[in-house]
Amino acid sequence: MLQYINPNIVAHLGLIFVVFNLLVLSAAFMVWLERKVCAYIQDRVGPNRVGYEGALQPFADVIKLLFKEELRPKAADALLFAIAPIISACAAFAAFSVIPFGTETTLFGLLKEPLPLQVADVNVAVLVIFAITSMGIYGIVIAGWSSNSKYSLLGGLRSSAQMISYELSYGLALAAVIMLAGSLSLRDIVMAQSGAWWGFIPKWYVFLQPLGFLIYMTAGVAETNRAPFDFPEAEQELVAGYHTEYSSMSFAMFFLAEYVNMVTVSAVATSLYLGGWLGPLLPSWLGWLWFLLKVFLLLFFYVWMRWTLPRYRYDQLMEFGWKYLLPAAVVNLLATAALVLWLG
Amino acid sequence: MDVIAFYVFGAIAIAASLGVIGQRNPMHSVMLLIASFGALAGLYVILDAPFTAVTQIIIYAGAIMVLFLFVVMLLNVPREEPAPRSLAGTLGGGGIKAAALLSVAMGIELVYAVYSLEHVSFSPGHSGSVSSVANIGQALFTKHAFAFEVTSVLILVAMIGAVILAQKEHH
Amino acid sequence: MVPLNYFLVLSGVLFAIGTAGVFLRRNLITVLLSIEIMLNAVNLTFVAVGRYLGTVDGQIIVFFVMTVAAAEAAVGLALVISLFRHRETLSPDAFTALKW
Repeated sequence: MLQYINPNIVAHLGLIFVVFNLLVLSAAFMVWLERKVCAYIQDRVGPNRVGYEGALQPFADVIKLLFKEELRPKAADALLFAIAPIISACAAFAAFSVIPFGTETTLFGLLKEPLPLQVADVNVAVLVIFAITSMGIYGIVIAGWSSNSKYSLLGGLRSSAQMISYELSYGLALAAVIMLAGSLSLRDIVMAQSGAWWGFIPKWYVFLQPLGFLIYMTAGVAETNRAPFDFPEAEQELVAGYHTEYSSMSFAMFFLAEYVNMVTVSAVATSLYLGGWLGPLLPSWLGWLWFLLKVFLLLFFYVWMRWTLPRYRYDQLMEFGWKYLLPAAVVNLLATAALVLWLG
Repeated sequence: MDVIAFYVFGAIAIAASLGVIGQRNPMHSVMLLIASFGALAGLYVILDAPFTAVTQIIIYAGAIMVLFLFVVMLLNVPREEPAPRSLAGTLGGGGIKAAALLSVAMGIELVYAVYSLEHVSFSPGHSGSVSSVANIGQALFTKHAFAFEVTSVLILVAMIGAVILAQKEHH
Repeated sequence: MVPLNYFLVLSGVLFAIGTAGVFLRRNLITVLLSIEIMLNAVNLTFVAVGRYLGTVDGQIIVFFVMTVAAAEAAVGLALVISLFRHRETLSPDAFTALKW
């Protein structure tokens, strides 16, 4: 009976399981990282009671949230109210499925054919990420609407308008990288960044596209509704925006979705601009360590930005997205196109 | 395997579309239509057209439906008048009943017309390599370049028109 | 492999559902949604027949249809908004001024 089970399929399922758990754990890790970094920036210590240096704090938070009562406003649309956090969380996890985090592995010879370290190897991977991120907007819009409360509705509308506006610059920055690499598949884009100039400067696209990298990171921060673009969910402004009326695990779902979105944006940025799993000194089958390191660096920048920069007011935010970032992205695209044509 | 996926996606598309025309709450109609578009994207993947599938999600489900959603939310579109007691009342007046019957008749005719063809299957030689994004781009920018440029003018005109039409009256 | 007939049948059924929706619904926005269903049914036919013939032209036509649908949805919704401002209702029965 055992000989009918294809070890590749088992390995693939195992990979999906591992990636899913890693994403959830990374969200928990982000909670801890955020609180510790915030604390040290604000010259205090942060959580240090639960576990070593507070490392088990996120798990304590989850247990507390599990025991809370699940409330629903009476006039809220029950079906949509329940579905909104599910859409947010599912979109966040699904977007990570096409991101490659390592070369092929044969699990030390256990598998007949090598298994690429990527849940789904599609050849339009970049567009898939873009599409699924667009679907994540619905979670927020529906949450804002179905809560039947003015703070939620305003927060939801503002948040989704912001996400839609910054999607344009996001897409244009992606388009410039696609032009350089000549393919839509993330694995091909990472492999196009292998090698080094003059032996020590790696051929990462961040050196060829500095403006594009900045545009992408800015648009990514705005897409995930993080500071300094987090007006729609800022506590001081809108009583927590679209997730005002949610409690217990639904609230946790929104936060899970937000952190996993951050991880996805960082992972896509490393694949597109920072060379993915490529790096010196390590053998290629340990490339995922480099990947983790680069993603961690970007996530640290995310948290650092949140607790250092003041928040944009909503009209400033929209004006910046449309009047400054979008033209910059278009100029970047045109310049990249001209360079690709000129240099062949 | 493909046939199973076809049946699943086809069933979702039909059920969701029936829900769109049957639902009283316009918000639920919009959400069901998004589900229908997702099913159609799945059908495009079965048809070896991944680029079209992703474009469908980005443009239709991700942009056009958000527009519909915003309009439904901002206009606070009320539920339709409560469903009348009898089925005859639901279907409206005589003209509407006749029109609905005509659409059902058209549907049956289409199905019959297609089904009376022999079972044609896809030419075996044409595989997914035909529809790579590079091929689509090449055809789009060489054979259909004029239509492509005209489309950009169309979108510009539509944008201007939509902004002007939706403006508040300035007196 | 799924034969071409299956796709054409599905597309015909979806088109009929969309048409029925345009006739039956008493809400302008749902009428627009039914029109979108019809456009999608046509898109499915194009992609299926394009695949059957082995060319990429089907997908290109679909690309243009999607663009036109987006433009039409935008202008249609703008019209709906201005109609709503005028009459405070979205039922097509309220806009009968041009009926003889």
